[in-house]
Amino acid sequence: MLGPDRMKQIARRVLAHSTAEQTEVLMLSEDTKLTRFANSRIHQNVAERNVEVRVRAVSRKKVGVASINDLSDAALQRVVENALEIALLQPENPDFHSLPEPRRVAEVDAFVQATADCTAQQRAQAVSTICKLSAKNGLIASGAFATSTSEVAVSNSLGIFAYAPATLSDLTTVIMSNDSSGYAGMTSSDVREIDPAQVARQAVNKALHSRNPQPIEPGEYTVILEEYAVAELLSYLAFLGFSALAVQEGRSFMANKFGQHITGENISIWDDGLDKTGLPVAFDFEGVPKQRVDLITDGVAKTVVYDSYAANKEGKQSTGHALPAPNPYGPLPGNLFMKPGQHSKEQMLASVERGLWVTRFHYVNPVHPLKTILTGMTRDGTFLIEKGQLKRAAKNLRFTQNILEALSAVQMISEDTKLTRGFYGGVRVPALLISRFTFSGATEF
Amino acid sequence: MKELAERALNAAQLQGASYADVRIVHQKTQSILVKNGRVEALSHDQNQGFGIRVVVNGAWGFASSSMLNADEAARVTTHAAQIARASSMVKTGEVSLGPPEVHVARYQTPVQIDPFSVPIEDKIALLLAADQGMRRAKGIAVTESKMESIHETRVFASTEGSYIEQVLVESGAGIEATAVDENEVQTRSFPNSFGRQQGKAGYEFIRDLELVENSQRIAEEAVALLSAPLCPSCVTTLVLDPTQLALQVHESCGHPVELDRVFGEEASFAGTSFLTRDKLGSFRYGSHVVNIYADATIPGALGTFGYDDEGVPAQRSPIVRNGLFVGYLTSRETAALLEQRSNGTMRADGWNRIPLIRMTNINLEPGTWEFEDLIADTDDGIYMALNKSWSIDDKRLNFQFGTQLAYEIKKGKLGRMLKNATYTGITPQFWASCDAICNEKHWHIWGLPNCGKGQPVQAAHVAHGAAPARFRNVRVGIV
Repeated sequence: MLGPDRMKQIARRVLAHSTAEQTEVLMLSEDTKLTRFANSRIHQNVAERNVEVRVRAVSRKKVGVASINDLSDAALQRVVENALEIALLQPENPDFHSLPEPRRVAEVDAFVQATADCTAQQRAQAVSTICKLSAKNGLIASGAFATSTSEVAVSNSLGIFAYAPATLSDLTTVIMSNDSSGYAGMTSSDVREIDPAQVARQAVNKALHSRNPQPIEPGEYTVILEEYAVAELLSYLAFLGFSALAVQEGRSFMANKFGQHITGENISIWDDGLDKTGLPVAFDFEGVPKQRVDLITDGVAKTVVYDSYAANKEGKQSTGHALPAPNPYGPLPGNLFMKPGQHSKEQMLASVERGLWVTRFHYVNPVHPLKTILTGMTRDGTFLIEKGQLKRAAKNLRFTQNILEALSAVQMISEDTKLTRGFYGGVRVPALLISRFTFSGATEF
Repeated sequence: MKELAERALNAAQLQGASYADVRIVHQKTQSILVKNGRVEALSHDQNQGFGIRVVVNGAWGFASSSMLNADEAARVTTHAAQIARASSMVKTGEVSLGPPEVHVARYQTPVQIDPFSVPIEDKIALLLAADQGMRRAKGIAVTESKMESIHETRVFASTEGSYIEQVLVESGAGIEATAVDENEVQTRSFPNSFGRQQGKAGYEFIRDLELVENSQRIAEEAVALLSAPLCPSCVTTLVLDPTQLALQVHESCGHPVELDRVFGEEASFAGTSFLTRDKLGSFRYGSHVVNIYADATIPGALGTFGYDDEGVPAQRSPIVRNGLFVGYLTSRETAALLEQRSNGTMRADGWNRIPLIRMTNINLEPGTWEFEDLIADTDDGIYMALNKSWSIDDKRLNFQFGTQLAYEIKKGKLGRMLKNATYTGITPQFWASCDAICNEKHWHIWGLPNCGKGQPVQAAHVAHGAAPARFRNVRVGIV
């Protein structure tokens, strides 16, 4: 790790080299390790150490960005000069106002020493636990166990300096027989909270129960979506529409809908970078403190997230959701939450006369972004529900579904939530029982 | 570089490695985005580093660092060996790479105009002109013009004695116009989806794209799509343009023939493959007119290089011959399991990633038809072009694609424009329904700079050659 003092020192060196009117330095330090297994053996086992210095130089509404991962003084001087040089070569962008001013950043403790210290041997032991239980049941194990340490520091010539270290551990597995598979995973900033035996048991049980899957006719079904599936849908929803830029450009489903019901009243979705039950982060990639943003409250579209560029266009303040510059995609929520309900998954299952249980989705993509129509496949544990019980394993199905309509047909919500990794950051959601969900096709396994 | 490579390889042998290779990579990327008439993003990114891959105790380890010095090389190599020893705690056999690959060579992408020698002002001017062209169409909400230039040097050295230096250059650009009304967002791209058309080539590749010349047309098409009728929901004859066909080949042929997927090595993430080992040489993948091959040696194509990241020479190999499935994409380790030699497809997304089996240029061979004759020969159907959405199951059987543009075909003629066109199918059934492919005059290679695979995720730059082709009895208009 570089630590706050070293990163501040690098930032000062960069700012000292700059002759631009405004300058921003973003530093991203990564120490990432990942152990991957397949066919019940470790087949890929990797480590990476990298530090990127990204400079945004501003001259009269002209913005240039350059980056480098060489910390020598000559390289730092060169990256500043590059950023300014390319800024000066372009016409002015009237929509650009200024880099953000300093604001107080809350303290968030997202760093766990045990995760930072996790060794390849410890990860291999966890993998061994999964492979052994799998073999005991005549199954084949695959998956990945990642542990990482990152440091983000942002400094700019208007006085911002923000620094935050964070750790992440993420274990996922797919256990397979010749005609079935089961998935389970755990995510936490603290590797001690990852329980490989529990992950193995969940995936093994699912692989055993999903054997001999039978074809199911596509059509409209009541579904119970496990948290993995809900997190996937919510991540896409966020990508499609929770950005101020998407609203400004009219391509968000939130555009012209603020104050209106867009889902059922039992649905509330928000972004909160300071919530420790997610993967907390105190500030964004411009050094702006994270604000809690209520996106959908009791089914009503409330607001979206902003970075400084999108906020300046509307004369608002950034909510602290900028991505690293240059970022033409606009701001994104990275700490998503969906409000839990009051039921256990067992109660939810017991209430279904006939339906489908979906563990997770695969290869989801938007079909009609404005209407929030997504398509994707089920995988790793799909079951037919009859009379409140998992009747038998089902062959996988393709869904094509308007997600806001699905969220308007939620009958029950689990009281427990689960944290998973989203597109970037964390997503904590409950399981959902949805009365109408459309499956448009089927596959052969 | 040679000194650092030698230091790392020596350290690996001292750590007991039975095999090691090191890659040292320097990359610079220049990206320009013009949006709504303004330069929205202009960046120049440089990164460097090395990664060392070792086999110790019969198992793999890999470590990498951005610091290019001898002490770091020794530290990182020791770390890679420690990781390999940990890997050997959970192994089912010894890593075997088959016969050695020893090559001492240099390779450079043939380039007429170095893209980094072209003044940025000239590049911006081209993108602004294209942007202006798009904005001439009334009703356009968002316009984007993009350009990317990449220069990469790669040094590969192995304990078997290989030392390979490569300079790879890429150039790409594209434009996109989006029209919006209360109920619809319609986007048209040129010349391809995914932001740009890209090749292993110099700036001449961008100059030849004719972005400005096509800008107003595509913007007008985006506006026209807002009020176009919906693609009907039915089973019909489908004609695909080469850009959409490129993605069809990518998803339903390119990925399932990756032998690491077939052996289950991607099972937990991207999935496995329906093209299991028992099908090699006997499975009817498509109709007799379907011929597909991999070729990493095509000048200018995005998936072209000199040597892969295991030091194996780029080559051409068959995948589907007259409809029969005949070949995989392989690595040294997976090829050895089939008692074959690697066909050179292992590539890594930078110094900090391990090589994986990746597509190169996976191409559908041209057929014999003129495009006009193909349409004239189609009584009733739909023509679809340029990808909008894509999804396929984790064995690569059930797929669903959406396209930006579609036209009905009635009595041998292209008719009304249709919006929100989609089609779906099962891979071998779909390719079995292919009854006509256009000839080489209509054949073109399309670069795909965003192929994701692996954990941590890697993005590969690949390409697909295709000419328009016809498929019978396809379900379209999925709702």
